[in-house]
Amino acid sequence: MIKHLPALLIVIPLLVAIITPIIGRLHWVLSWYAVTITTFISFVISLFLLQTVLVQGRISYWMSGWKPPFGIEYAVDYLNAYVLIIVSFMALAGAIYSRKNIEVEIEDENRKPLFYMIYLLFVTGLMGMVVTGDIFNIYVLLEIASLTGYALIALGKKRRALVAAYNYLVMGTVGATFFLLGIGYLYLMTGTLNIADLAARLPEFYQTKAVFTAFTFIVVGLSIKLAIFPFHFWLPNSYAHAPSTVSAVMAATGAKVAAYVLIRVMFTVFNPEFYLHVPFNIQYILLILAVAAILVGSIMALAQTDIKKMLAYSSVGQIGYIVLGISLMSVTGMMGSLIHLLNHALMKGALFFAVGAVVYRTGLTSIENLRGLGKKMPWTMAAFTIAALSMTGVPLTVGFVSKWYLAVASIESGMWWLVPIILLSSLLTAVYFWRILDSIWLKPAPGEESLEHGHNSHQTPVKSNDAPLTMLIPTFTVAMLCLVFGVFAYAPVSLVEKAAMILLK
Amino acid sequence: MIELLAKYNYWIVIILLTTGLYGVMARQNLIKKIIGLNVFQTAVLLFYVSMSKIEGGTAPILINHGHGPQPLFDNPLPQVLMLTAIVVGISTTAVALTFVTLIYREYGTIEEDQILELNKHND
Repeated sequence: MIKHLPALLIVIPLLVAIITPIIGRLHWVLSWYAVTITTFISFVISLFLLQTVLVQGRISYWMSGWKPPFGIEYAVDYLNAYVLIIVSFMALAGAIYSRKNIEVEIEDENRKPLFYMIYLLFVTGLMGMVVTGDIFNIYVLLEIASLTGYALIALGKKRRALVAAYNYLVMGTVGATFFLLGIGYLYLMTGTLNIADLAARLPEFYQTKAVFTAFTFIVVGLSIKLAIFPFHFWLPNSYAHAPSTVSAVMAATGAKVAAYVLIRVMFTVFNPEFYLHVPFNIQYILLILAVAAILVGSIMALAQTDIKKMLAYSSVGQIGYIVLGISLMSVTGMMGSLIHLLNHALMKGALFFAVGAVVYRTGLTSIENLRGLGKKMPWTMAAFTIAALSMTGVPLTVGFVSKWYLAVASIESGMWWLVPIILLSSLLTAVYFWRILDSIWLKPAPGEESLEHGHNSHQTPVKSNDAPLTMLIPTFTVAMLCLVFGVFAYAPVSLVEKAAMILLK
Repeated sequence: MIELLAKYNYWIVIILLTTGLYGVMARQNLIKKIIGLNVFQTAVLLFYVSMSKIEGGTAPILINHGHGPQPLFDNPLPQVLMLTAIVVGISTTAVALTFVTLIYREYGTIEEDQILELNKHND
């Protein structure tokens, strides 16, 4: 049983996904139970896998007992286990949260069990991409996660969600096909699809144009999936119009897994030596794209009036940070990137969860609408505030930890000019979150203004009407983790340090 | 020159890839975009199948349950991979066409510029 954990991680959710819509026919809440329990099991399995990796090192699981280069291998090392925990934890939080959220955001009773089936398949696809050690398997699971992702976005209430989902589908499919084409070139040169085997066989072909072409196709394909600037155009509309649970889980896990695959390809399938043979400086290209993403994401976020869209543009900027750390190609830079995978998942998850709670109570997402909510929904808004402060990089929050490592890595690599850019972007982040925190806590609620001016003495305390518990608990837990891992950063940092050492050995 | 022309299947792959990508980017009609996407994906199928072909090779089927001498056969692995890719392609097309149907129901058009126009006016 313990031996089969890597496979069970995928098999259990896949089987449950099949029965979810069937039991949902009795009552849709049954499918909620099924998905919550399943994601919880996945989370526990991920913790087990991490513990096993810490004790005995890399786990290699042979599908149906076929020896690796011939059969499909599921491989888990520090990096996989770390990303798995992020994905399964956020999937669990999203599952708990979704119960009340889809009450208002997906009204059709018949669609709710289907939502849960698609949600579970989406999460399975993402976890599969992380756990598998076979590059073609990554493509297949990537498509499972993408197809279900398009459907989840299309479930949004407004008709714009459909257009956003369609555009994402077109971009996503082009990206995935590029990825597939790149894998084809690698197979053509080496005759293997196993990642570990590829890593061993590729070095002798580093000078060939075919391998270089393969690398380019794969990186461009993944960049579209990851929404690296200038391939980010699908992202803001998708996140803005999807149901809030979907925005939160997708922002917290989808982009993270794409980043994981990019890191795997760039540093395990290819090794740093390859970049010496590349005809142009890949490091500078990624660096420039990352800086552009950070600045464009922050500036565009400033210009938004819809809070979900603002968070989506801020995701573009945060993905820029992840790419920045990758492009430095040093252990510290990689640590910054990896730690930011966790930190951004927590921060953006908490922010989207809090916004979803506001949607549940008020039905609106414009920034204007948030005035005075601090009194009405104190707990939700406290969670929002913690996550927002973390996004700006206030010390003792996770945002500070990742920015610290990225800044240190920039200086170590002799690129001190990146530090002012990180600071500038933090400043912009502070500006666009300050607008919101200001209206939440300091401005009176819309109906209250007249009261305040007219009869000051009669001011009645605003009745607190916070989000229901199934929303509040995941929102608050994730927000508190932003503080916990900000103060006790040692645990995740020591883990990503080991992962980064292996990647850049 | 002759050597380059002899690999005509790869030329077809390149032509299909660029045609498909052009269709995706240049067409305003949402269904035509999907057709472009299909052409683009099919090119990759052809690429994989081309690389699995061995000169003089037959279909990869064992003779006499694998006993005795076997004929020269093509690499079956890329062909199997492409079966998976075909399934993925069909699913993508199905999902995409569903979206187009829903978009038509909501907007009354499947021309991208008109949809953008409608989105601008009505927020």
